[in-house]
Amino acid sequence: MSGTDDNTPTEAEKLGGSGPTTTEAPEPTTPESAGPSRSHSMLREIASGNALAGVLAVVLAVAVGSLMIALTDERVRETTSYVFARPGDFFQATWDAIWGAYTALFRGAVYNDRVDDFATQIRPLTETLKFAAPLIAAGLGVGLAFRAGMFNIGGRGQMLLAGAASGWVAANVELPTALHLPLAIVAGMVAGALWAGIAGVLKARTGAHEVIVTIMLNYVGFYLVFFMLSRQELLQAPGSGNPKSAPALETAVLPKILGERFNLHLGFLLALVAVAVVWWLLGRSTLGYRIRAVGENPSAARASGIDVGRTYVVVMLIAGALVGLAGANQVLGTVTSGVTVDLDAGIGFDAITVALLGRSRPLGILGAGLLFGAFKAGGFSMQASEGIPVDIVLVVQSLIVLFIAAPPLVRAIFRLPAKEAK
Amino acid sequence: MSTTGLSPAPVPTAGPVIDTVPVVSRKVAIIFGVLTLGMVLILLLAPQDGETTFRLAASTDFVALPELTVPSMAGAWTLTAVCALLTAESVRRYVARRSTPMWVLAAFAVAWMAGFLTWAAAGESVPVVGLLAGSIALAVPLVFGALGGVLGERAGVVNIAIDGQLLFGAFAAALVGSLTGSPWVGLLAAMVAGALVALVLGLFAITYFVDQVIVGVVLNVLVIGLTSFLFSQVLATNTPALNTPPRFPRVPIPVLGDIPLIGPVFFRQTAIVYLLYIVVALVAFALYRTRWGLRVRAVGEHPLAADTVGIKVNRTRYRTILLAGAIAGMGGAFYTLVSVPQFNREMTGGAGYIALAAVIFGKWDPIRATLAALLFGFATNLQGVLAVLGSPVPSQFMLMLPYVITIFAVAGLVGRSRPPAADGVPYRKE
Repeated sequence: MSGTDDNTPTEAEKLGGSGPTTTEAPEPTTPESAGPSRSHSMLREIASGNALAGVLAVVLAVAVGSLMIALTDERVRETTSYVFARPGDFFQATWDAIWGAYTALFRGAVYNDRVDDFATQIRPLTETLKFAAPLIAAGLGVGLAFRAGMFNIGGRGQMLLAGAASGWVAANVELPTALHLPLAIVAGMVAGALWAGIAGVLKARTGAHEVIVTIMLNYVGFYLVFFMLSRQELLQAPGSGNPKSAPALETAVLPKILGERFNLHLGFLLALVAVAVVWWLLGRSTLGYRIRAVGENPSAARASGIDVGRTYVVVMLIAGALVGLAGANQVLGTVTSGVTVDLDAGIGFDAITVALLGRSRPLGILGAGLLFGAFKAGGFSMQASEGIPVDIVLVVQSLIVLFIAAPPLVRAIFRLPAKEAK
Repeated sequence: MSTTGLSPAPVPTAGPVIDTVPVVSRKVAIIFGVLTLGMVLILLLAPQDGETTFRLAASTDFVALPELTVPSMAGAWTLTAVCALLTAESVRRYVARRSTPMWVLAAFAVAWMAGFLTWAAAGESVPVVGLLAGSIALAVPLVFGALGGVLGERAGVVNIAIDGQLLFGAFAAALVGSLTGSPWVGLLAAMVAGALVALVLGLFAITYFVDQVIVGVVLNVLVIGLTSFLFSQVLATNTPALNTPPRFPRVPIPVLGDIPLIGPVFFRQTAIVYLLYIVVALVAFALYRTRWGLRVRAVGEHPLAADTVGIKVNRTRYRTILLAGAIAGMGGAFYTLVSVPQFNREMTGGAGYIALAAVIFGKWDPIRATLAALLFGFATNLQGVLAVLGSPVPSQFMLMLPYVITIFAVAGLVGRSRPPAADGVPYRKE
């Protein structure tokens, strides 16, 4: 399957004219002996322009972002008034604005060359990894559901419920670290799984569209957690009047993996483990085969004896558990001072863009999560040092996904030749 | 689904379900029964002392209605008895194989709600006019958004981007309204902004066949990013010139506005609200009674058939969603030109998703979607009023209500909601 996903049936269908669901399903039938064929398919992927389209989509989105930065820059606007008298000023100002923004982004996301000691220099990179961890975990949750042909828009609700469960265990159970931390993580994953499972069960039993159900569950989850956070007997920190829970106990906090100087915590390694597990699950297990078969064509899957409804439920449970891991990661690692209703910090929706950019492949999601993690880390430093609102990151991010989703558009913009399908 | 819809059997996800026999649903009776029983339980388990006062009059009424004071428990029990009677009537009609008429539904809703309020506001006085007028104010953007959603989906384009259209409309209205000093120009700008979001949606969904749900979700994020960015970069730095739009004034309609209770709620509003009444009527009429409406519905139900008889499918879809976007944009203008005379980041607070819920709960019908949006507006406002009165129901559960109802609706527990057959399916001409 050369990149055109089950969920974005754009290219092969349009150009190749092969019917909507008969993509020859190369993936589920790919034999295990994939050594040479994998490199072959990778070559094909690059050749068919998908990887290229991805890069171009990023370039295009960044270009639009630059344009926005330049257009709204104070100095650029000043110089525009006398652009014909002294065009040099105008171009200099534009260049300064854009260059300043992206160097600040780089300094905040990868490597800070303005400080002396090495630890502080690479600190931004560890921040990127920290931001990437929940994006990867939640992105896997969304991507896995995509592979079964389902949209999991409910990342926010699942993260909130997971965070609430993790937060409760972390604050109210007293156990040694070896038990407490895993218990808190598992509690979050289970809560996320159950919340997502509602959508799976409803789809399997009544045909209710999971997009609507998960969107609605986001809000139901939000108010539910809000309610729990405002009740002393449930989640609210004792003696507090704010909708916030008690901080996590030391024994349930994800340990810092590079020492106390860095914020990077164990959550990133857990996200990597999740990538490996999902990779194995999708590519090597019977369940993964079923998931992909259902995603490719539910009717054919049903005809060949796969219980489609059950697969929907199982997929949503696993997806919810992965998003739940992201929620636990936030509560137990990134912000340990207590659960609030803002704990998802937009990750639930970012996860959708991560999954789309990663084309729902585990490794793709890893890469996309790292990229968007870097955007996040760098965005904050860009805001601090250049005064450019961090919202520009949202714009660039969503533009990337839009361009990725419509390769013909990108090709039209760059005047690339239309590719032969297959 | 061809019988009474007794057990929700696993419905195949693909293909339209064809109802051939007119069905008498027992669901109404069951829901009535459950609600009445729930009321009885509430009254038994959590009795309240005191009296409840309903303030029916607004200060400017032609004839002032007196205040209505009832003993809380006795009043609530009486209204519960009325609910029980209406339930019995509904059961009787079901047994006689007749469907429950609208007036029974309406009477039940009013009786139940009044009973609930009598109980919840014991010892307090309920500002009925304020409650209803506030509901309208909260519902206006929802109704506009829901109408836009209905139109788009009837033409076969799923519009998750309602929230983006509302937000962009609010932004454009604030900016252009401030620049020109005219709320009408601001409203126009909001319509253009909503249509612009719809145009992008159409470009990707219709022309490039990108999945409509993805485009919708991403567009919402894009608009949030764009408006927040421009807000902090441009608007916030020069608030007096760029972010102080003029407000639409309240225009009481001469005679209608003086009717007690109804007047202050419906006819002492701003021009946008009157426009809303017109738009609702126009959309409902046009969709079912004009050639244009027939074409829109044909394109949404069976594009191939529509194409065969010479309707330009994609052109119709484009035109319809542009119109839908403009309508949703007007809803956005309500935020900045009426409610809060200023734009703020993410100021719609996900109202577009409630509008989407109203579309589904209203079964893709303009009038029903409008009613659903009004109901959701009422639930939200009721929550606010009850919070002030110190009600025993946690406000979060009231806020949750629209979403829970929608989940029940799509799961087929409260009457199956069936979308237009070709909803969300791009049309490729062979």
